[in-house]
Amino acid sequence: MSGHNPTAAGSAPEFILETSGLVKEFRGFVAVNGVDLKIRKGHIHALIGPNGAGKTTCFNLLTKFLEPTRGSIHFKGVDITREAPQKIARMGVIRSFQISAVFPHLTVRENIRIALQRRLGTSFHFWKTERSLDKLDDKAMEILALVGLETYARMVAVELPYGRKRALEIATTLALEPEMMLLDEPTQGMGHEDVDKVTQLIKKVSENRTILMVEHNMKVVSGICDAITVLARGSILAQGDYASVSTNPAVIEAYMGTEAAHQATGGH
Amino acid sequence: MNPQRLPYGYLAAVALLLVAPTLVYPVLLMKIMCFAVFACAFNLLLGYTGLLSFGHAAFLGSAAYLTGHALKVWELPTLAGLVIGTLGAGALGWVVGTLAIRRQGIYFAMSTLALAQLMFFIFLQSEFTGGEDGLQSVPRGSLFGISLSSDTTLYYLVLAVSVSAFWLIHRSIHSPFGQILKAIRENEARAISLGYDVNKYKLLAFVLSAAVSGLAGALKTLVFTFATLSDAHWHTSGEVVLMTLLGGVGTVFGPVVGAAVIVTLQNELADKVGSMVTVIMGFIFAACVMAFRRGLVGEIIALYKRMIGEKVQ
Repeated sequence: MSGHNPTAAGSAPEFILETSGLVKEFRGFVAVNGVDLKIRKGHIHALIGPNGAGKTTCFNLLTKFLEPTRGSIHFKGVDITREAPQKIARMGVIRSFQISAVFPHLTVRENIRIALQRRLGTSFHFWKTERSLDKLDDKAMEILALVGLETYARMVAVELPYGRKRALEIATTLALEPEMMLLDEPTQGMGHEDVDKVTQLIKKVSENRTILMVEHNMKVVSGICDAITVLARGSILAQGDYASVSTNPAVIEAYMGTEAAHQATGGH
Repeated sequence: MNPQRLPYGYLAAVALLLVAPTLVYPVLLMKIMCFAVFACAFNLLLGYTGLLSFGHAAFLGSAAYLTGHALKVWELPTLAGLVIGTLGAGALGWVVGTLAIRRQGIYFAMSTLALAQLMFFIFLQSEFTGGEDGLQSVPRGSLFGISLSSDTTLYYLVLAVSVSAFWLIHRSIHSPFGQILKAIRENEARAISLGYDVNKYKLLAFVLSAAVSGLAGALKTLVFTFATLSDAHWHTSGEVVLMTLLGGVGTVFGPVVGAAVIVTLQNELADKVGSMVTVIMGFIFAACVMAFRRGLVGEIIALYKRMIGEKVQ
């Protein structure tokens, strides 16, 4: 996995998303403290860390759902630190949410169409019939087929089983053909079978794009991620591939306490 | 809903309305239609965008005054008066909307209420509104050379305008724009993350709703030939909430039914029970919220769906 490098050999490493000195304070509480995150183009990058480490805050900062207190964020070399969240989305950085983010009372196909219709440029046209959106149906079905939801197209999203909702969410994100996807705990609360399905799906859609995901499930992380950043108490504890991060004593300590760290590294 | 069957239902309703003035007092029917348009406009916001405005009377009232003033003082033709009232309310909607949509939920509702109270105070103090006396004896004028002084003639104008307004709201709901409104209602954060500038969509919905509410107010001035403070009073803002909830929020036809029920009840009960009518309205509201939250039309649709074996959420 670590050998996977889409950039041309010899050229400078290409980072699609970079933060420097990112800080977020909530009334004196520092949730994110000086994070320098560098995400390489084409990677599946995992953001892990114990509860309360600042992963989701970090995510919200990157997608501009929160305003950073200090620091800067660059996407493809462009400073996006002060842009509005919808602008970030239009630049090609699409996020998902911890709690599944579908439009519950729209059908599965309509969920996809919401994502697709922005490109038609008619979203303010209140005088047009919604039948003008029917031309998006083929494309919507194509995307649904990609995630194996084509048979559910006419079902109302709220009735989907949990794992399928997450798949629909990924499909909606895919519909925007994002350069970069940010997935907040995509396998959270799933059974084994669904975890495997969604993991495979993420792997499948990672072609030609960059993915940053918050994930607790180490099996998923070790299986598909090219790079890992470990956060603890708002700061970066370790960065690297799975092999180097998983044997890092500081990481083991943060996850299991000092005792376990001694035992785990004692053999080396 | 069966989309093929709907137009026939609407056609039947319009046909019924065409002969209705021979059976029912036309002024009552016109009042119902005015409030039905008002409630439909309100429902575009509450039912389809998820925004609870508690100051919609400001738009009804300002248009009522504007139209009255245009017809009486400026002596403009009837149609121009209607247009001025509608556009004026739309412009006011733009101002109120711009200020209010910066806030969410209850704060949004409170902002609209505060701004509407501000408008009420302006109307109370201004000279052109006639203050507590209101703007009296507004001429109805004529349309295409036909005098509108007869209630029956005016009825058909009000019917035509109301049906057009209903169609406009219906079309907005079922348009590409309406789809985005539903998405915002369902999950605002997700709509943002898909790249939609949700505040612009909310603002356009707010302006549309205010303009159509204004149209209702303008028609109301024509019907009663006066505009008074009660049009802009917060009671009226509350009444439109009641009409929409009773009929069925988020259903296309619900607000029409709600408006018809409330206006008819008020009309029938006013001379029988006097001020007790407020208490009765309160009971209806409580019963509606506790027992049938989907509203009259909402419950019928749910029942129909259950009968044909579809799942109801």
